[in-house]
Amino acid sequence: MKEPLIRRMKDLPSTHLLGAGTAMCAGCGGLGALHQVHDVLGAKAVFVNAAGCMTLLTTYPFTPFRGSWLYTSMASAPAGAQGVRDALDILLDKKRLLPADDLSAVVLTGDGAAYGMGLSATSAAIERGLDFLYLCYDNEGYGNTGQQSSGATPHSARTATSVGERGYPGTKKDLFAIWAAHNPAYVATVIGAEPLDLARKIETAASLRGPRLILALAPCPAGWDFDPAQLVEIGRLAVHTGIFPLKEFRDGKITHTLIPRTRLPVEEYLSKQGRFAHLFSPWRNDEAIAEIQAQVDRYWLNAT
Amino acid sequence: MPRALLTGNAAAAWGVRLAEADYVPAFPITPQTEIIETLARWFDGGEMSGRITMLESEHSMVTAAAAAAATGTRVFTATSSQGLLYAMEMLYAVPGWRVPFVLVNVSRGVATPITLEPDHNDVLAARDSGFLQIHCANCQEVLDSILIAYRIAEDPRVRLPAIVNMDGFYLSFTREPVEIPDPVAARRFLPPFAADAIEFRASRPISQAVAVLGSSQYSYFRYEAHLAAMQALTAYDEIAGAYAAEFGRHHPAVEAYRCDDAEFVFFMMGSFATKARDAVDRLREAGTKAGLVRPRLFRPFPVDTLRRLLLGKRGVAVIDQNISFGKGGVLYAELASALYGQTGAPVLTSFIGGLGGRDFPPEEFYEMARVTRRAADEGRAPEPRLLYTAGELREMRKLQAIALVERRELGDAP
Repeated sequence: MKEPLIRRMKDLPSTHLLGAGTAMCAGCGGLGALHQVHDVLGAKAVFVNAAGCMTLLTTYPFTPFRGSWLYTSMASAPAGAQGVRDALDILLDKKRLLPADDLSAVVLTGDGAAYGMGLSATSAAIERGLDFLYLCYDNEGYGNTGQQSSGATPHSARTATSVGERGYPGTKKDLFAIWAAHNPAYVATVIGAEPLDLARKIETAASLRGPRLILALAPCPAGWDFDPAQLVEIGRLAVHTGIFPLKEFRDGKITHTLIPRTRLPVEEYLSKQGRFAHLFSPWRNDEAIAEIQAQVDRYWLNAT
Repeated sequence: MPRALLTGNAAAAWGVRLAEADYVPAFPITPQTEIIETLARWFDGGEMSGRITMLESEHSMVTAAAAAAATGTRVFTATSSQGLLYAMEMLYAVPGWRVPFVLVNVSRGVATPITLEPDHNDVLAARDSGFLQIHCANCQEVLDSILIAYRIAEDPRVRLPAIVNMDGFYLSFTREPVEIPDPVAARRFLPPFAADAIEFRASRPISQAVAVLGSSQYSYFRYEAHLAAMQALTAYDEIAGAYAAEFGRHHPAVEAYRCDDAEFVFFMMGSFATKARDAVDRLREAGTKAGLVRPRLFRPFPVDTLRRLLLGKRGVAVIDQNISFGKGGVLYAELASALYGQTGAPVLTSFIGGLGGRDFPPEEFYEMARVTRRAADEGRAPEPRLLYTAGELREMRKLQAIALVERRELGDAP
């Protein structure tokens, strides 16, 4: 691996490869993360997309990407990346492709596909050792269709399909652990609100070969019910309450890249989002809040 | 050209080898597996240059196939039955990417009930997908059709993926003498795939399969794919002609057997049509002017050729090896729409048979000819007929009786 180029905030690229004026909502945490990822990765990429919010980034005849784009389906974007990568390798072997024309295959998927329908294709791409980058923007629900609950929805969150006073009864699946269990080259969590951490991880991922998977928490003003201006604030709270741990997996080892010195109480994060409003009014659901706090505390008890 | 005894599956693999396919994304399913095993062996042994990748499903397999074709490689893949159905979302999606590749479908009846033997409900489910469809009746045709299919699919007028269909077991596992074309001649007939810059390259970014906002844009692209499929009619005739010139075997879009002076014609697809061919000879010996019309090309549907062959005949017995529940035979409806309102249109009779590989005894062809003659005499077609014999029903009743006894012995019979 080369020496990392990104050490401090002023090292962050200011290229802004991703064009503006897309169909994403104001304050989209996924788009913020994608902006930063694209700048670190560069333009020599084909973004292989699974059905989700970002499918509408490229609408005929416009695209915000400097690189190429291939929409596949909800379930099979990793297989699309497999086809592209295999084809490029074959063409390189047969000297039918100039090395300068090579591309990296980047899967761009939401949590709906990543945690659910597309999990089998992702798992298989990792087990085949596919050389690709996988970017999941996780807004914890089927955002494009109005925030119904997905396998990424946190316990107690209100969604379009869990509107009762208890919110979503299930628990958020630990996709990081599922990916890491496959022992790929690299797994990391990132968030747009921590750009230096994000850029370092993408730089690391770009320097490696094999399956590299990035889970970006994507605060979603429309789905989580907060003011778009609060995007960075919500993102920071996700990290500093300890709800969203920033970490990476490499060579069989998990490392936390940002351990909050003093964790803020989870209610600082919860109370700023309409999707958790039922935990605070008309009466305060101390039991549910304590349950969420206990889960976070339990996680950090064992974290290194 | 060497001749060898090849199964349909081996003939398919030879077609792919001679096409010098670069890439084979694969997933196993009976009765198709021999194709991908043969290709895997050839890639490993260096007889073929490129790569076979095992995917985790047919849905992913077709995605990978189209993505690799969109990157400028020549791609082959194969499946059957439930596998084709599992891939159906992508079968409908990828023709719109306008990427050429060839998929062999080894026809097998679809669930429920589960079975292994052939009928055409699997491949007909892909009828409206945008894939071209070529249906084969013997192992030689399978090999030849793959080379022909690549050239049509890659033709700049067409640029659509193609399905080459063969019947499971009857072709897939049956050895027939097959001429294997000379590789140099095959390359002359099918030069390397030229993607014409419609491919992923760092220096030439493109966006593929993008969304549209609005029905006019949507309709435009859907019509484009349809018009491209229609252009495959002309392309097919030219390319099949070029194949005949190179290899001496002509595979027209529609096979017409003893049709010129025929009064009554059997109309069916696939390997079971060879049984109808035999029946035509017997009927002619007995004094009935019978013939056979077998579309090889099913998408695009060669309407003009079918009209030329069938208008003026007295009757056509359409034999469907498929069933659309609540309607009947798919081929019957296809042919009826091609001939309706045309001067000299024959009476059409409809028969469903061959489901799950059910055999057609010769007597059934004679009976279908009788029914069709009567319909022509009366100027009125009878209700569609589901072919099934009293003997078959008796055997079925026996099985049901056994099932009932077993159930009673377990004490939970009604």
